[in-house]
Amino acid sequence: MAVAVRAVWEHFAHGADIGIRGVGPTKEDAFQQVALALTGVVTDPAAVRPVASVSIACEAPSDELLLVDWLNALVYEMATRRMLFGAYAVRLEDSRLRGTAWGEPVDPARHEPAVEVKGATYTALRVERLEDDHWIAQCVVDV
Amino acid sequence: MDLTLLSRKSDTEWWIEPHGPMRVPGVIYASEALVREMDAKVYEQVQNVATLRGIQKASYAMPDAHWGYGFPIGGVAAFDPERGGVVSAGGVGFDISCGVRLLHTGLTIAQVEPMKKRLADDLSRSVPAGVGSVGRLHLDAVEMDAMLTGGARWAVDRGYGTAADLERIEERGCMADARPDEVSEHAKKRQRDEMGTLGSGNHYLEVQQVTTIFDSAAAAAFRLREGDVVVSIHCGSRGLGHQIGTEFLKRMALAAAEYGIDFADRELACAPISSPVGEAYLGAMRGAINCALANRQIITHLVRRVFAGVAPEATLDLLYDVSHNTCKVESHRIDGRARPLFVHRKGATRALGPGHPDLPPAFASIGQPVLIGGTMGTASYVLAGTAEGEARSFGSSCHGAGRSMSRHAAARLWHGRDVVRQLADRGILVRSPSPRGVAEEAPGAYKEVTAVVDAADRAGLSKKVARLEPLVCVKG
Repeated sequence: MAVAVRAVWEHFAHGADIGIRGVGPTKEDAFQQVALALTGVVTDPAAVRPVASVSIACEAPSDELLLVDWLNALVYEMATRRMLFGAYAVRLEDSRLRGTAWGEPVDPARHEPAVEVKGATYTALRVERLEDDHWIAQCVVDV
Repeated sequence: MDLTLLSRKSDTEWWIEPHGPMRVPGVIYASEALVREMDAKVYEQVQNVATLRGIQKASYAMPDAHWGYGFPIGGVAAFDPERGGVVSAGGVGFDISCGVRLLHTGLTIAQVEPMKKRLADDLSRSVPAGVGSVGRLHLDAVEMDAMLTGGARWAVDRGYGTAADLERIEERGCMADARPDEVSEHAKKRQRDEMGTLGSGNHYLEVQQVTTIFDSAAAAAFRLREGDVVVSIHCGSRGLGHQIGTEFLKRMALAAAEYGIDFADRELACAPISSPVGEAYLGAMRGAINCALANRQIITHLVRRVFAGVAPEATLDLLYDVSHNTCKVESHRIDGRARPLFVHRKGATRALGPGHPDLPPAFASIGQPVLIGGTMGTASYVLAGTAEGEARSFGSSCHGAGRSMSRHAAARLWHGRDVVRQLADRGILVRSPSPRGVAEEAPGAYKEVTAVVDAADRAGLSKKVARLEPLVCVKG
């Protein structure tokens, strides 16, 4: 009997920086979860209120480059809008991604943001369907 | 790292002998203990850098080397444009021209001790730090381009500091050949409101005291005495540099096939120095160096304003400003002939030896001040460049302690408020908007900086001049 794969995110160790990983039953789930892991580098995603949404579109020649583009688009939106995001939706079609991020302006007192993310790297970069039929999306981000 | 993979040349020099596609050897400068502690990935990355086209002499790792992306952090590599040399965005890093500057306060510990709390409070209020913080300066398109071209000189022209400061900054405060037109609108937008901000992570502003002098002649030239109080600023090119790094990593990765570059690791993304992508990166990266120099110059101005209010007798002269994530064209001797090389230093500090023409006159006989950052609870060091450093590492030394523990592990082990309290008990006042950030940056999460500096000294990369210990630390 197949065991349902839960969508989860986590961090993994990488020297001076930090690895982010999303796992889920679909590639879209894995992309959504790894985005939550990105927020988790800065603050607890559950503490971010979804008061505003930002739309993101990217296109890249491979799943892995698309993941880096997605994460870097979020880093850019966080930096220029001075926002944090606590919820994400992703739709993937061939080499294109359409995503929505919901969040609010940074509130240092409430979010206690630990560190800003400079960018997503190609280190430990993986987008793969694993044998037990779930997807993993991960890379190291520079902080 | 497995020592059996290395040839030991001395107590502090270890070689990865060229094998497979390596064009030059890998050379690691560190004590045996530091080499043992180094991640196996450092070996892999030093080896991978040694495979890049046009690399000269060796792929070097400094004593604080650790796993980076593409290049190790603490990596130095020089490329000859006439021998197919490349430039690599990963070889510079995301925080382009991140660096350290040190200011003399002209005050002693006895003078500063009673005003420490007020200094901590006023500095943390005056210098924007942390995620989402903005500076008081907002650049329009014309001023952005002027800043990217002019660096610290641009800042001085607008009243942030004095012309005397420029003499004490690498490149005299202005990196030549910057190309603002190669800096994307995204990068500029990310920077528009971030001038004069410290950032977060391992960046800091510290008030420190000189606790030990190791070399009295060099200390005299650097005007450092035991009991003196100095200010150290550690930050970089903020969002602009991060965005340039992000964009060019991708552009170089995508263009590699076009240039016939097949790298061992996608993170090594690079382009021939004379290619359109290589030239565009160099122009943008030089703009980011100017951004970092301008940023540290503006923060210096903010620090001076605080001291003027708290201790009007303070002088705040600049000792020196170093950058530790750069690629610069420098003249180095290869096979007995001086050649212009593109020297990448990623988490490594330039360390010019005595007599180098680029040194300010005050340091001509001593060598360049090499500023090594520590952590909130430990020490920082001032070293000086050596004559032998040129031959050993293209005139380069270490840049800091390097982490020994992940952020995640540190945040599980410590609570930020406890760290702040424990440091206060030791007389170190920490000001940060983020307790979790403080926990992740807890002194225990870093390697012992003294071991790193001792290894750099013993390896002849730079010599120890003074040890500095923190009194006040403002973190993002």
